[in-house]
Amino acid sequence: MAPHTEQLTRPAVRLRGLTRSFDGRTVLDGIDLDIPAGQFVALLGHSGSGKSTLLRAVAGLDHEVTGSGELSAPERVSVVFQDSRLLPWRRVLDNVLLGTDGADKGRAALAEVGLAGRERAWPSELSGGEAQRAALARSLVREPELLLADEPFGALDALTRIRMHHLLRELWERHRPSVLLVTHDVDEAIVLADRVLVLDRGRIGLDLTIDRPHPRSYRDPLLGEYRERLLAALGVTEDLA
Amino acid sequence: MTVTTLDTAAPAAVATEQPRRRRRGLAPGKRLPAARLAGPLLLLAVWAAASAAGRLDTAAVPAPWTVLDTGIRLWTDGTLPADVLTSLERAAYGFAFGLTAGVVLALASGLSRTGEALIDGTVQLNRAIPVLGLIPLFILWLGIGETFKIAIIAIVVYIPIYLNTHAALSGIDQRFVELAEVQGLSRLRFVREIVIPGALPGFFVGLRLGVTGSWLGLVVLEQINATSGLGYLMFQAQNYGQSDVILVGLLIYGVFGLVSDSAVRLIERRVLSWRRTLSN
Repeated sequence: MAPHTEQLTRPAVRLRGLTRSFDGRTVLDGIDLDIPAGQFVALLGHSGSGKSTLLRAVAGLDHEVTGSGELSAPERVSVVFQDSRLLPWRRVLDNVLLGTDGADKGRAALAEVGLAGRERAWPSELSGGEAQRAALARSLVREPELLLADEPFGALDALTRIRMHHLLRELWERHRPSVLLVTHDVDEAIVLADRVLVLDRGRIGLDLTIDRPHPRSYRDPLLGEYRERLLAALGVTEDLA
Repeated sequence: MTVTTLDTAAPAAVATEQPRRRRRGLAPGKRLPAARLAGPLLLLAVWAAASAAGRLDTAAVPAPWTVLDTGIRLWTDGTLPADVLTSLERAAYGFAFGLTAGVVLALASGLSRTGEALIDGTVQLNRAIPVLGLIPLFILWLGIGETFKIAIIAIVVYIPIYLNTHAALSGIDQRFVELAEVQGLSRLRFVREIVIPGALPGFFVGLRLGVTGSWLGLVVLEQINATSGLGYLMFQAQNYGQSDVILVGLLIYGVFGLVSDSAVRLIERRVLSWRRTLSN
């Protein structure tokens, strides 16, 4: 292969034998994973399956955790948390610009998430969906090569969640960062991601590529097959649900 | 099944329900205009009425207008302005030193583990000793002049400011620490943009306690160890049985306390305008 192609196919995230444990309990058990640059990956798993631990390891947030393995991630990484985590004492624009500067970039990012005109608002004046949009703007402003999202829509109501799914996918199409989206919502994973991983007892139990065009509908019958395979990997059968 | 249960339950519910019934609000509701003044004004009116009706012993409780007359007389003959100025100066110096010490120590102990190890235990020990009990020792060390009074007031002020600011600094939400790491903030920017603004509400609680404390310290010091100042004026008046002069002194102390507390509240409301609480 020509050198420039190699450059393009070099994975953005590369994990080899990643192991993490808390108090002797192994949470991640030797994970190998490559995420190519620009891929949208969803990570599914039960609570306690280690999905947040994996995300935090990639984000470099696990200071006092014992573990081993190889991990490489891009330099510019942004994280969106389940809570918007806006600082209540800073106005929305100043929250978006936390850790960087350039008010114009911040305004542009707010406009992109549909919050133009709310730059001077206090976080307490925003609805849950708006706050999460502001958090997305904060992560965008840094032009991340990798976007890590830890159940970012988990606390939102169903209607707002659907709107946020469209927004996230739209932003991804425009900026093309690699995305690792941690979620426990199978439908969310299927509708958004091009590749879905199921984490089971510290290992990747299923690695599924979803080859369907976007935008996807929840009602697309062809997605049902993926859903069944994912639910089976999660240990849930349709009869039980 | 469901239909029958609904049928039996429905008539009773319909009968008692009133159209467009609202829930009772649990917040205290809108502020009354000039609410803070209503109580004191009522008290003043009762006092004036009782005096006018001759129901009060004028030697013990003089009429409001007698107090006012005495106040004006003392003010115009120059004794009162001099005493007020002396007292204000003591309180201001003591407060300024206490505030500085409280904030500096809280920052040093809240932002570094070494600082915490050295400072926090010491301050807790200091707090356990009643400050007014230190007066005899301080007189021996610093003499009976202004220095010892300012030192005592400073100690009374620094303790609540230290305690509340330190608690707020060490209680910074772990989630915000994580956020700062993710956003790549330097340590300096982390302290300036997250730790300090996050600790401000606690600091203001300490500040208000400190302001009150400075007046409390002042009153005690001036009534037992002074040769000038408002407290001294009142102490002298006690010897001559001038209850009106004592009341003038108390009134001025009260005005000092009220004005300084309102000033702190005003600053607090400006600085913490992002907070939406029951009170605004």
